[in-house]
Amino acid sequence: MPEETNPSTPPPSGESKPAAGHAPAAPAKPAGPTALPWESPMVVKLKGQYGSGIREASTYLGQDYMVVEPSIVAELLQILRDREQFDYCVDVTAVHYPEREKQFDLVWILYSFSRNERIRVKTMIGDGESVPSAVSVWTTANWLEREVYDMFGIRFDGHPDLKRILLPDGWKGHPLRKDYGIIQQDQEWVRANLGIESGQ
Amino acid sequence: MGAGQPGNRERPIIMTDRTITDPKPIDTTTSDPKTSDSARFLSHLELDQPDKTFLDSNELVINMGPQHPATHGVLRVILKLDGEKVLGTECVIGYLHRGVEKIAENRTYTMFNPYVDRMDYVAAVSNGLGYCEAVEKLLNIEAPPRAKYIRVILTELNRMASHQLWLGTHALDIGAMTPLFYTFRDREEILKIFEKYCGARLTTHAFRIGGCQYETYEGFERDVTKFLDFAPPKIDEYEELLTTNRIWLERTKNVGVISRADAIALGVTGPVLRASGVKWDLRKAQPYAAYSDFDFEIPIGANGDTYDRYTVRMEEMRQSLRIIRQAVERIPEGPIMAKVPKVMKPPVGEVYHSIEAPKGELGYFIVSDGSTQPYRVRVRPPSFVNLQALDVMVRGALVADVIAVIGTLDIVLGEVDR
Repeated sequence: MPEETNPSTPPPSGESKPAAGHAPAAPAKPAGPTALPWESPMVVKLKGQYGSGIREASTYLGQDYMVVEPSIVAELLQILRDREQFDYCVDVTAVHYPEREKQFDLVWILYSFSRNERIRVKTMIGDGESVPSAVSVWTTANWLEREVYDMFGIRFDGHPDLKRILLPDGWKGHPLRKDYGIIQQDQEWVRANLGIESGQ
Repeated sequence: MGAGQPGNRERPIIMTDRTITDPKPIDTTTSDPKTSDSARFLSHLELDQPDKTFLDSNELVINMGPQHPATHGVLRVILKLDGEKVLGTECVIGYLHRGVEKIAENRTYTMFNPYVDRMDYVAAVSNGLGYCEAVEKLLNIEAPPRAKYIRVILTELNRMASHQLWLGTHALDIGAMTPLFYTFRDREEILKIFEKYCGARLTTHAFRIGGCQYETYEGFERDVTKFLDFAPPKIDEYEELLTTNRIWLERTKNVGVISRADAIALGVTGPVLRASGVKWDLRKAQPYAAYSDFDFEIPIGANGDTYDRYTVRMEEMRQSLRIIRQAVERIPEGPIMAKVPKVMKPPVGEVYHSIEAPKGELGYFIVSDGSTQPYRVRVRPPSFVNLQALDVMVRGALVADVIAVIGTLDIVLGEVDR
């Protein structure tokens, strides 16, 4: 039903909500989830520090996230760990939107043991752009960034050993990009290394 | 691998030092041990001069796996050794990579559900719970209380089964064969309950988005209660075999130590993190399903060694039984399925939901574009992240300890490689 592609502002979708049926006349505000502004002392402080560098800070379905400019990512992640005690980097991942100018969403999922709080930091980058590596902030980012590189081809500046992790070293292409087909494979690699025509 | 490594010489290591101390090179093609040469041969061992080392310290690079029973699947570890001492490791993974995250983008939310069972296939129920709850969160619905209780019972049974399988194989790796038979004998009782409930033993696909597909079978509570009485003496039995066993202690105490700070920096979760002294369990920290209704403790260790991880998991089994008992006694009546649209189209948005799987934090990051298929599903696998700690844990240890540490990390390669 909803055809919009901006993930940060979920439009109302009457069909999939259990309590939707009774108000078809006002589709602007059904009982569905919407992103609310995320207000906390931390966000206020960070907004004061970076201004428009933090483009958005919202809460969606009770989960907090902020969208930031790529230029402040390195500093922001360091501050989040050192000052705001987000000492556990849960995950680093990416999402590909080929129709957008800035094709990739890069997502860091962070958790703080002392605050028992989970947040997401998101930035948008174009194809071929790189982002600063977070390995010096959280050691765990090492393999996670390698996987993002492997699957999306996003490069991380300052990563100690940025190479493929799940696919073989000589593989061509990055499978989680949307332009990579579901049955696509590196035919050349398969032929040379496995001695068969197709791995399917 | 290993080409150009200083220690990777063609000749046997034992000959190296001898040729260095011997001004005359030994001609191995013609030397006959019965000739007078043999006396000279022996004298150059210089046994009366212990200062000169007999063996040169050579760096040696060897491959462990991918075909090695102690790697619990197809894990390849490149070990750099100095004699028996491990100087460093590098994991080569991906042999089981099936592109699960890519498959998800080409399936509907419901169709992808069985795939998650095939990641951590020894804890399929936990995988299913994490995925179903994540999609439920995205749909903004909640499973009914009865479904939540059934979920807790089955998930905790699965945690027990997963820990039993870990214990049996881990002990077998270290050289104790008996626990394997004991744990597999008792794990069978859990699998029987799964089989009776949903027809499958391993890749169960027990839950559906919105609740459970099946009502509990006739006698489910009785079977579970029977298991609750059956299991505790069995856990005592495992402990009797191992906890004070001298060989077990020597193979696990102070082996594969990881400090609290290292564990947090490396993002390690689950029993490995708790054995390093971090009292953190998602079931308590951010309760999901019906976990907030039950009393249970979070066992922690002090030293972060292999032995502590063992004791933590043993206690976790007992705590699981405690949770199951409370759940089965208080299981509410009512529907087992929430109102879920026939065609699932979650509103545009993204959620991250994670649960405490037997191996650690298992998370699903799902992005919806409003269509029937997920735009992106990211699985945050505990085994993958925990495996990264292997290098820190085995540096400076012996080769045999690598086996112990791989066992104690409790990885499943299906989940590491996805």
